[in-house]
Amino acid sequence: MRLNKILKNALLVISAGIILTACATKKEVAVEAPKKEETKKEETKKEEVTKIEKIAGQMQGDVYIGTDSVKYLADGVADRVFFATNESILTTASRETLRAQAAWLRANSNITVVLEGHADERGTREYNLALGERRANAAKDYLMTYGVSSDRITVISYGKERPVDSGSNPLAWSKNRRSVTVKAN
Amino acid sequence: MIKKFITFIFIFIPIKALALIEVDITRGNLNPLPLAVSPLSIDETSRKNFEQILDKENIGSEISLIVENNLRISGLFNPLDKKAFLQAPDIANLKPRFEDWNLIKAQALITGKVNYINDKLRVEFRLWDVLAAKEMMALAFTTVPTNWRRVGHIISDKVYERLTGEKGYFDTRIIYVAEEGPKTQRIKKLAIMDQDGANNKFLTLGNELVLTPRFNPASQMVTYLSYFKNMPRVYLLDIETGTQEVVGDFPGMTFAPRFSPDGKKIIMSFAKDGKSDIYTMNLETRLVERITNHPSIDTSPSYSPDGKYITFNSDRSGYQQIYVMKNDGSDVKRISFGNGLYGTPVWSPRGDLIAFTKLHKGKFYIGVMRTDGTGERLLTENYYQEAPSWSPNGRVLIFYRETKTNSKGEGFSAKLWSIDLTGYNERLIKTETDASDPSWSSLLSN
Repeated sequence: MRLNKILKNALLVISAGIILTACATKKEVAVEAPKKEETKKEETKKEEVTKIEKIAGQMQGDVYIGTDSVKYLADGVADRVFFATNESILTTASRETLRAQAAWLRANSNITVVLEGHADERGTREYNLALGERRANAAKDYLMTYGVSSDRITVISYGKERPVDSGSNPLAWSKNRRSVTVKAN
Repeated sequence: MIKKFITFIFIFIPIKALALIEVDITRGNLNPLPLAVSPLSIDETSRKNFEQILDKENIGSEISLIVENNLRISGLFNPLDKKAFLQAPDIANLKPRFEDWNLIKAQALITGKVNYINDKLRVEFRLWDVLAAKEMMALAFTTVPTNWRRVGHIISDKVYERLTGEKGYFDTRIIYVAEEGPKTQRIKKLAIMDQDGANNKFLTLGNELVLTPRFNPASQMVTYLSYFKNMPRVYLLDIETGTQEVVGDFPGMTFAPRFSPDGKKIIMSFAKDGKSDIYTMNLETRLVERITNHPSIDTSPSYSPDGKYITFNSDRSGYQQIYVMKNDGSDVKRISFGNGLYGTPVWSPRGDLIAFTKLHKGKFYIGVMRTDGTGERLLTENYYQEAPSWSPNGRVLIFYRETKTNSKGEGFSAKLWSIDLTGYNERLIKTETDASDPSWSSLLSN
């Protein structure tokens, strides 16, 4: 992608150069220049549109649905679930992920886990610590409903202290509002 | 080590109470009072002795610079350029020629003298009313030479108090969290410094995450949150001895600690099963008391200065709002009703206001409201800022502010800022590293 962009820009520069040299000899050619600029504008517009579409494909409402930071506890068992702003309600996708985790934990009864709850940077520190704890507990409750014993689960909240994405934008924040299941042994 | 309580010996030279100059501190810094801080005069023998001990060429000038800087950053005073001074420091201290000081438009004048006596630093200073041609205050004290910066702060406090009628806040310290490293793996250490940024020291090594240190208003103890052994718990730290201990024996995360005004209790949140409630622990009896019991998040508790009430943050209405209750948890009342979310309530040491952080339409505000929720006033707006802490006289708030990162996640920084209660005089407080979670100490002297 990036290489493409660089090449495209290089081409534009080169063609602009050609026009300029052409200008020195033939005056009529100068009329062509604005056209080139228009196509450039259209191209950047297109890029912006695809960028927005890309973000849209990674979020539903403001819940992250992409796979950028996701790791796997086992084949098909994603390690994390995501939350809406200020929420600790599990989405349909989150429940699916947690059911897969529960099945895996039931099949591997020697494994204990830590559920790490996190918040995004758009909240006060102390409230976010409590919110992270609430999110991790929402995941814990669900795992317990699906047959994982509570003594195999420890909960810890990091509030907004450990973001995975350091960006200051809605997509980054959505990745950071999460509960991550980490193997403890 | 960090803290040396040295006995200051005060000698009051008789003062005639003449309230001639008055600085109105409720009005902000629109017209800071012009005053002259003359370098403290020093005899050659004393100067040489202090140069040897403190490695400062002229300790008299150094102390006067501290006074000048403090008064300037208060926003209430405008210390005049020393180059314009006509009278030499030693003569000015004996008998100022008021017409000379009047000429450069100084309304007040500070003079003084430094002596080396029996290995001690002796400082006397005088505050003069230039227009009335009168002495307003004269004071002398003796201390160990290494304490020279505090001498400057104490003089500043005395001048501030004499001219405004309220206690100063210069002989104080700030405890805060020093931050380093990338945003995703921030290293945080407890750090302490004088109110003006001098004498910065790190109190922890950065091996574990530490957050939200708060001073005991009655002693040199600090309570804070540490992730020691990956177990977030409230700790107590004696900054004189360096001893640390866990507060209470809770089967889960404790956080958001603060002292009661008498320093005998710690009030904090305890999180369990997705609920956070407020608890206190008596540091003498070790008795733990539950204050709130609600399925919501109850956090950021802060006592009123008389200890009878507690303000706290709760989302029991659905979103973060500010509440006030009696100290036993009864009579809970919501006080924030404006647009947006409210957090980090902290009761003013004067008792009349509660400072808070407000989040509204993607902006963060530091503001104050009366304790019944009326009279909301927003002091400053930014991309991200929170956690106000009051100066001991309740006139200034210190808080931290974070910058927005760019599309690549670069450009993050966290800094300490202060602002007057009036909404004027917003200032960056320089720190060696990035900084957050500031807490202001009480006055070290008196």
